[in-house]
Amino acid sequence: MKYKRAMGRRGFLKGTLGAASLVVVSGCDNLTQSSWFPSILSKTERLTEAAQRAVTSKNALAKEYGEADISAVFPANGSIDPGTEQYAEHVARNFSEWMLEVSGLVKMPRSWSLAALKELPFRTQITRHDCVEGWSAIGKWTGVPISDLLREVEPLPNARYAVFHCADVDDEGIAYYESMAVADCYHPQTILAYELNGAPLDIPHGAPLRLRFERQLGYKHAKYVMKIELVDSLADIGGGKGGYWEDQGYEWYAGI
Amino acid sequence: MKLVLIQPDWRGEHVPISEPPVSVSPELNDQTASTQPSIEQVYRHRLPVRISHWLNVPILIILIMSGLQIFNAHPALYWGESSDRDRVLLTMRSVKSDDGNIRGVTTIFGHQFDTTGVLGYSDGMRRAFPAWATVPSVRWLAMGRQWHLFFAWLFVINGLIFTAYALASRHVARDLAPTRKDLRGIGKSIRDHLVLRHPVGEAAKRYNVLQKLTYAGILFIVAPLIVLTGLAMSPMIDAAFPWLLTILGGRQAARTLHFLACFSFVGFIMIHVLQVVLTGFFNNIRSMVTGWFIVKHRGVGHEV
Repeated sequence: MKYKRAMGRRGFLKGTLGAASLVVVSGCDNLTQSSWFPSILSKTERLTEAAQRAVTSKNALAKEYGEADISAVFPANGSIDPGTEQYAEHVARNFSEWMLEVSGLVKMPRSWSLAALKELPFRTQITRHDCVEGWSAIGKWTGVPISDLLREVEPLPNARYAVFHCADVDDEGIAYYESMAVADCYHPQTILAYELNGAPLDIPHGAPLRLRFERQLGYKHAKYVMKIELVDSLADIGGGKGGYWEDQGYEWYAGI
Repeated sequence: MKLVLIQPDWRGEHVPISEPPVSVSPELNDQTASTQPSIEQVYRHRLPVRISHWLNVPILIILIMSGLQIFNAHPALYWGESSDRDRVLLTMRSVKSDDGNIRGVTTIFGHQFDTTGVLGYSDGMRRAFPAWATVPSVRWLAMGRQWHLFFAWLFVINGLIFTAYALASRHVARDLAPTRKDLRGIGKSIRDHLVLRHPVGEAAKRYNVLQKLTYAGILFIVAPLIVLTGLAMSPMIDAAFPWLLTILGGRQAARTLHFLACFSFVGFIMIHVLQVVLTGFFNNIRSMVTGWFIVKHRGVGHEV
């Protein structure tokens, strides 16, 4: 009798919790699928960006670590091999003919070969990579500060965004790209890296050139960079949201 | 039946609480009076507290459930800055067992637990937390983040307004801070709670010492901790305030603390709701909706 009553109570509790969860989950799922609610949620992004930029000085550096902190394994996420014929040819030639083009709203567009980039002044930084999924890894990156490249090409006053075009395409043939505010290109830790932990970048980590955009989440750090295009609007590029992942619902401002 | 009304003080001053009404002596009155307990209405929760409380109900539920969605994208916790394998504290995974079935396995400090059906594997899906516990229910990190960050702002704004009000109105000093006398009675209060003996009469008008410590702990330790550890996971905030990760023990430690603070909230909510039910569901709900709480004073008909 007593046992039966206890089961009844437990059943009641389970039923109540189940019903409550059903109401919350289905209510939220309906809102998620509605035409209007996600656009309210996405307003948060601008508020967060404004608030975070207000409390962070323009050149505040992401923490730099010591050699002892470097992760034994640096996970490679997202695309780990562009898999195209052209890319395979570059791999076969050890990227000797890889060119980086900087163009768009600039006075003097130009291109650099990988060898030419490696001749330029470089920066080495041991930083933490925070993936949107939640994991973090520490690696030592060496590359060319993007500010140096921009000084060469002289951006026009109406250049607002730098778009990074990449060599990788997904299964549906959509090309990977990313973007950042031109102002963020001048941050001292924003570099085009060609070395990870003292060795030339391998294919999973974005050979031969990948963006390091410290202070923002990992999906902003475009791999296999071929071209930096300066534009005044992101609307006409890709899905119009400023990046491959942004077009799939991730925030363009990835500071949190 | 004797009814004593105590009017709310809208200026936010001390709410006067009258002496308990003295039961009328049976010699001077008819016999029916002595068989009934006297009832007093007390204005217990002021409007800003009530609004803030009810706003927190959907806010916290959505924050917890969208947080579990985000956790599912990488269902493991670590200590320190990075998620290197030697730093792992907890994982929730699905594994194929020898008989070909998929099992949900939760590993805490190296100890494995079979959590099939809830954690690691549920409803035929390989996922850490089950679909009924996450917002949205399907695996969708980008949307989970949108929900979470939107409601995180509401939580912070609501919390800041409440804190300002609670300090200015002396709600903290008067109702939440335990007095020395409270603290001396903590042993008795723990014993009373264990046998589910709840305060009645005059003592029921104010929070008991365990209530005060719990509310104060949630409001001034766990809530700030969950906000700070949430912010500490932001690489931009880490650049602005590098000391934040220094005191929290690293970025992955902050993530772990965020998770622990979340489950402190979950535990608090479960005990809180249970106590609301046990100590008079309708009276408690009424007092948090209208402000008015009914206190029964020991009369002959009083039941414990």
